Amino acid sequence: MPVLTVIFALLLYAATLVLAVGLVLKIVSYARTPAPLKIPTMPAPTTRSGVAWRLAREVALFESLFKSNKWTWLFGWVFHAALLLVLVRHLRYFTEPVWGWVALAQPFGIYAGFAMLAGLAALWGRRLLVERIRYISGPSDHLMLALLIGIAASGLAMKYVAPTDIVALKLFILGLIYFDWQPLPADPALLAHLFMVAVLMIVFPFSKLLHGVGVLFSPTRNQVDNARERRHVAPWAAKLEGGGD
Amino acid sequence: MAKYEVPELESHRDIPSLAPGAMAESNPYPAAPEHQEALGFPGELVDDWHDRAIGKFGELLDRSRSLRVYMDACVKCGACTDKCHYFLGTGDPNNMPVARQDLMRSVYRRYFTLSGKLFPGLVGARDLTEEVLDEWYRYFHQCSQCRRCSVYCPYGIDTAEISMAAREILDAVGKGQKYCNEILGKVHKIGNNLGLPEPALVDTLEGIEEDIEDETGVKVRLPVDEEGADILLVTPSADFFAEPHVDGLIGYAKVFHQAGVSWTLSSYASEAANFAMFIGSYEQMQEVAKRIRKAAEDLGVKRIIVGECGHAWRVAYSFWNTLVGPFDFLDPNYPVPQHICEFTYDLIQQGKLNLDKSANDHMTLTFHDSCNVARGSRMGAEPGGQFHIPRAIIKACCNNFVDMADDTIHENTFCCGGGGGLLTDDLMELRVKGSVPRMDALKQVHEDHGVTHMAAICAICKSQFAKVMPEYGFEMDAIVSLHQLVSNAIVLDGQGQEDEEDGHADMADENG
Ligand code: SF4
Ligand code: SF4
Ligand code: SF4
Repeated sequence: MPVLTVIFALLLYAATLVLAVGLVLKIVSYARTPAPLKIPTMPAPTTRSGVAWRLAREVALFESLFKSNKWTWLFGWVFHAALLLVLVRHLRYFTEPVWGWVALAQPFGIYAGFAMLAGLAALWGRRLLVERIRYISGPSDHLMLALLIGIAASGLAMKYVAPTDIVALKLFILGLIYFDWQPLPADPALLAHLFMVAVLMIVFPFSKLLHGVGVLFSPTRNQVDNARERRHVAPWAAKLEGGGD
Repeated sequence: MAKYEVPELESHRDIPSLAPGAMAESNPYPAAPEHQEALGFPGELVDDWHDRAIGKFGELLDRSRSLRVYMDACVKCGACTDKCHYFLGTGDPNNMPVARQDLMRSVYRRYFTLSGKLFPGLVGARDLTEEVLDEWYRYFHQCSQCRRCSVYCPYGIDTAEISMAAREILDAVGKGQKYCNEILGKVHKIGNNLGLPEPALVDTLEGIEEDIEDETGVKVRLPVDEEGADILLVTPSADFFAEPHVDGLIGYAKVFHQAGVSWTLSSYASEAANFAMFIGSYEQMQEVAKRIRKAAEDLGVKRIIVGECGHAWRVAYSFWNTLVGPFDFLDPNYPVPQHICEFTYDLIQQGKLNLDKSANDHMTLTFHDSCNVARGSRMGAEPGGQFHIPRAIIKACCNNFVDMADDTIHENTFCCGGGGGLLTDDLMELRVKGSVPRMDALKQVHEDHGVTHMAAICAICKSQFAKVMPEYGFEMDAIVSLHQLVSNAIVLDGQGQEDEEDGHADMADENG
């Protein structure tokens, strides 16, 4: 087995492990930390299903961001929607035979690649050009955009500039899944692409990329407006009461 | 304090360009040792402040999901950067909500995250130094905890939660703020923010009764400590003496009188405000709220109604049940607690109030949504009742009402600039500049629609506006209590000549 294949196989396993374990630990820590008081941003839904609908709108449509700033919303939403399509397109490397709906989505995935790149470029432009956003941006915020742009660009390069052997690539990926390693094509664009994806997976649980799960745990968004009807007491607060009375 | 310039009002205000350090000198008076110690906080900055601060920070991260999630989730999208009235009024970049959060997030990353421990420069992590602590003190006392930023953040990051946590840490190391902590001491000791003792309260209320009788010819009572009354009214203590607050109190009294209900104030719990929310202390907030529960139990009332006060209504509506509930000793047929606006609105709906709108014809009104009511609570059964109900009351009492621009009302409302424990003279520059977005909107309806007065349902808003409006060329009395309008319009049974004998019998049966 070529050394390169071994290195990348191990890297991708490690990245997957870090991503999965890191995310689970984070989610557990969010879930276990109690929200002591009712703080939904009002007006808020008065039922659980209403809250689910509010969260769904936040996740799918970025409702609050839309209220806030139409340009940021547009660039951000285009980027995320495109990313989703691109991920769907990539499912063809993980499934054999390829699922029907994944096959159907293929052509859209291509356009989405460009849309993703455009969205990222626009977001970066904003970050550099709008004084307020430049002020709040740190090195890691720029690097994160650079990383994502690198991933998108190297991906598109494989489609349009230096095509890679996608049949061999698929064998490599399926091989990883079934622990039956197959050689990885040694194309620079592919190696760069995979490397950056692995980096992204590794930093995910330690970075602001956590916003993806954060929104679901945000008390201002996920709480029901029923404070008068239902008593809500955090475990640590209940202990205070027990000791106090 | 250095003299500052009062900003010009504008019909369309550009987002200011950044003026770093513009408000770096804004530094409220520190709490004296006796005020700190009365609340169980160290009297002055402790020697091991660094370790204690980090320890407290860790404790809060374990206690509060909002803090934990909000420290992680921000993507620096910038959507909140132009949403804070203090930024719009001062241009100081640290008053952009995300930058304010970053003052604390940078420390969080340094001590509580792997990336910040390994690569501090890369992720903007920094050590907690005395300068940083000082910066916290200054800029977390430039946040009125109005939560406007949380409306616009894609993750609902609520800077108020972060300000509260910061102030809690500052208190824990002995760096408390005078205004809040001194007032809290008074509530614990005397029962209200003003330190108004029982005899003075009784005296004041008698004076008000006389005034009402002189004005209307009707004997309207303002009872205090009356055991067996049905309703306990808890209202901000400003209502007992200051203009325009007291006119609101007169309004409540007239409404109760007309409804024919028995009600009482309590001298033990003569304060609706709960400044413990501003300093983020759950335990203090619980202590203050306990007074009200105890008063209700001791007096044997069936219902609790809260007067016009923004943050007090947030605490009452959203937190009381948690802090000092359950209120199973009260009548389950009524919401606990109930807002005075809900009470008045119900009566209007049932046609039980005789309102003469022309009594308010000398005014054209607009309404300031107090942020704590708008974004931190509700009225009525439906979401948004907190917007609709006060307006419905105003419209039932006045012929001339105009709303301010859409992006400045309802959940988008701008803070008055003096909330969150900042209503103190040592923060005057901040208060004046922070009120700019609200003043812009008011000026607009003044010019376009001839608005003369603005009604509010929050004691802090009213005090703040009475103080800052003259700076912008408005009359001091252009701010009115909502129940002042009710008071003007209401025609009491027996008021004037026509004395309907049977009037009272009809009113006597309670509103639903
Ligand atoms: S809570 Fe209000 S005052 Fe504080 S940062 Fe947000 S908008 Fe500004
Ligand atoms: S809107 Fe929310 S996520 Fe965006 S910068 Fe502000 S706090 Fe961060
Ligand atoms: S004082 Fe009024 S406007 Fe200002 S924070 Fe409190 S409720 Fe909001």
